[in-house]
Amino acid sequence: MLGEGILKGLAETARNFALSFVSKERLTTVQYPEQRIAPIEATRDFPFLVYDGDDWQAGMRCVACQICEKECPPKCIYIAKSTDKKPDYVGKQQFYPARFDIDISVCMSCQICVEVCPFEAIKMDTEFELSTTDRFGGLLFDREQLAKSNEYYHRIHPTEATAVDAVLAEGKAKAEVKTITAAIASAVKGAEIPAKPAGDGA
Amino acid sequence: MSFAFYLIAALTLAGGLAAVLLKNTVHCALALTVAFAGQALLFLDLDAQFAGFAQILVYIGAVAILVVFAILLTKGSETPKGGVYSKHWLAGLVIAAAVFSMLGWAVIWSVHAVPRGPVGTPAVTVLDIGNALMSRYVLPLEIVALLLTAAMIGAVIIAMHEKERAK
Amino acid sequence: MTERLDLIFVLIQQWLVGFLPGAWRPAAGVVLSVVAIVCLFPALFALTTVFERKGLARIQNRIGPNRVGPLGILQPIADGIKSLTKEDIVPLSADAVVHFLAPVLLVVAVFMGFAVLPMGRNMALVDMDAGLLFFFAIGASTELSVFMAGWSSRNKYSLLGAMRAVAQMISYEVPLLLSSVAVVMITGSLSLTKIVAAQNQYTWGLPHWYIFTPWGLAGFLMYAIAATAETNRSPFDLPEGESELVAGYHTEYSGFKFALFFLGEYLAMFSISGLGTTLFLGGWSAPLQILGWVPSWIWFFSKLMLSIFVFIWLRGTLPRLRQDQLMNFAWKFVLPLTLLNLMVAAAWRFLGDGWERWVICSAVVVIAYTGMAWAGMRHGHFGPRSYRYAE
Repeated sequence: MLGEGILKGLAETARNFALSFVSKERLTTVQYPEQRIAPIEATRDFPFLVYDGDDWQAGMRCVACQICEKECPPKCIYIAKSTDKKPDYVGKQQFYPARFDIDISVCMSCQICVEVCPFEAIKMDTEFELSTTDRFGGLLFDREQLAKSNEYYHRIHPTEATAVDAVLAEGKAKAEVKTITAAIASAVKGAEIPAKPAGDGA
Repeated sequence: MSFAFYLIAALTLAGGLAAVLLKNTVHCALALTVAFAGQALLFLDLDAQFAGFAQILVYIGAVAILVVFAILLTKGSETPKGGVYSKHWLAGLVIAAAVFSMLGWAVIWSVHAVPRGPVGTPAVTVLDIGNALMSRYVLPLEIVALLLTAAMIGAVIIAMHEKERAK
Repeated sequence: MTERLDLIFVLIQQWLVGFLPGAWRPAAGVVLSVVAIVCLFPALFALTTVFERKGLARIQNRIGPNRVGPLGILQPIADGIKSLTKEDIVPLSADAVVHFLAPVLLVVAVFMGFAVLPMGRNMALVDMDAGLLFFFAIGASTELSVFMAGWSSRNKYSLLGAMRAVAQMISYEVPLLLSSVAVVMITGSLSLTKIVAAQNQYTWGLPHWYIFTPWGLAGFLMYAIAATAETNRSPFDLPEGESELVAGYHTEYSGFKFALFFLGEYLAMFSISGLGTTLFLGGWSAPLQILGWVPSWIWFFSKLMLSIFVFIWLRGTLPRLRQDQLMNFAWKFVLPLTLLNLMVAAAWRFLGDGWERWVICSAVVVIAYTGMAWAGMRHGHFGPRSYRYAE
């Protein structure tokens, strides 16, 4: 019958209207900013620099190798290497970045910098409420703004952080084993050389 | 001749003059609409309610739109290159004067012929018009209806033929 | 007491006018009524915008605006401030005079339509002998303003939208008028107050509203369809839908002029709903005789708001009709049915009182409707779509 479809449609929308007041799963609106949906773990927005321990300058993992600066597609990272060195997590003396700027108005969250970093130093943050009234300076994050602790990293990406910690611990263990074997080798070498002439005399 | 009459007459004349003197054709059509509105107000001033509202409904609501569409769909909306004033203005003036004098003579003669009735309530209500159309003037009504039907059928046939030719 | 409440606006007007000297009183009374209308209906328009947004939102399972004021009631104030403070951009090659006059003409014409609506007992601003004709005459002037808006923008898409809108409005003008003519035929008068008075009678407590008669129901449905199309409301809003032709004929309007177009469209919706209420739903008369103690203007405005809610409901339900579909619908379906409705109304009048006329008229209306529906859907253009590619 002509008009039947319209009446069925009207009934359906009336049902929608009435039930939206009583049924919770119909009205899925999240009233931002009073309510927020918790982001999933793989959320990513802009990069940040990880540091271990309490002192962000001493514990920063970044060694200013500048690989991320070269790989960044829109070239939003600017690094200036330091002139002196500081020990890294293994104990080796490394350079550190004197300046590390990321322009987040340019950054496209492609995560390439994270993928190429050999030192697990730069990771993706989940912070998105970064609006500011300063169009240029407010969106240029410097070293201090980018440095966030390893505990923060654990909070936002727990699985990833534990995996990274395991890798770093493995690296540290291997390095330690290497130093111990090197120390034993050098100790053995030092002990052997005077032993040789003693063998000659005997 | 009250103040309202002079005001409405001025509006109608202004509209009519603008309709022939303006350069842009669509502006002319809109000025003509103002003239139609002035005419409707004149009817209302004379307490001829049906005539006034029918004037608005038919002229402003339909004829003005028809005129405007006709201007749009042809090239009339561009300002003509040769200017808007015609070469044969003298002949036009003579013909307009002749028509005006004939109409004026007819109006004045009819006013003198019909005795003045009591003023106040309108002599002709819509009911009277309806009764007259259905009893005394039914033949003109039917002839006009036939004419309109013929015009509509003609328009449909022309449009249909164009569609077939376009195919 | 209820009579005083019923006549309260008339009494207030007389009291206020009593402060002035005798010669000024009629004019002052009219001016007061005009001021009341000019203040009331835009306020109602503001309320309707909130209801529309929230109603549509709830139909679509979301919340509407809820930030400004409790439940978003003050949203129109924010919208008003926004439209007043926006820059008024007039295109360089646009016809400035016509561009300015188009929204003015629309709003003036629509406001004039409210003058004849009887909003309560003795509450019609002007009681004209040919009130209905006045209303339709003024409604026809709105088409001119739509065309002016589209043409003066010097934008081919605006012009196209304006021509579509005018074509649509003209096509649906005819069924609108014809369905009202049936009411005029039965009442015997063009005066809206007489039409309401004719419906204000009760048999066994039930009212004589025209919608409760077979020809009245059919007429009301066709009037509603034509009214939806006249005011460019969904599902007939092709000329102004947001995804079509940008915004149709009001693309080049910004700031307050756009707000005037918006206001004009909603006020046209109010006045045409008001007319539909007067013609078919009994105007200010109560639905049951025992409810006659409720003031008449409350009934009129409740019926008006009910019509508005139905408009909003339709907007949230139906998809848009294409231009050729809606023209076909007007000329090939609604118009023949309105003509038939005229004959059914005439038969109703001449068959005299009794149960025969109910049966015969209902039968004719139902058979005509199903017959036309079957004829229209017989060719079954609903097969799989065929494509024609360029050679």
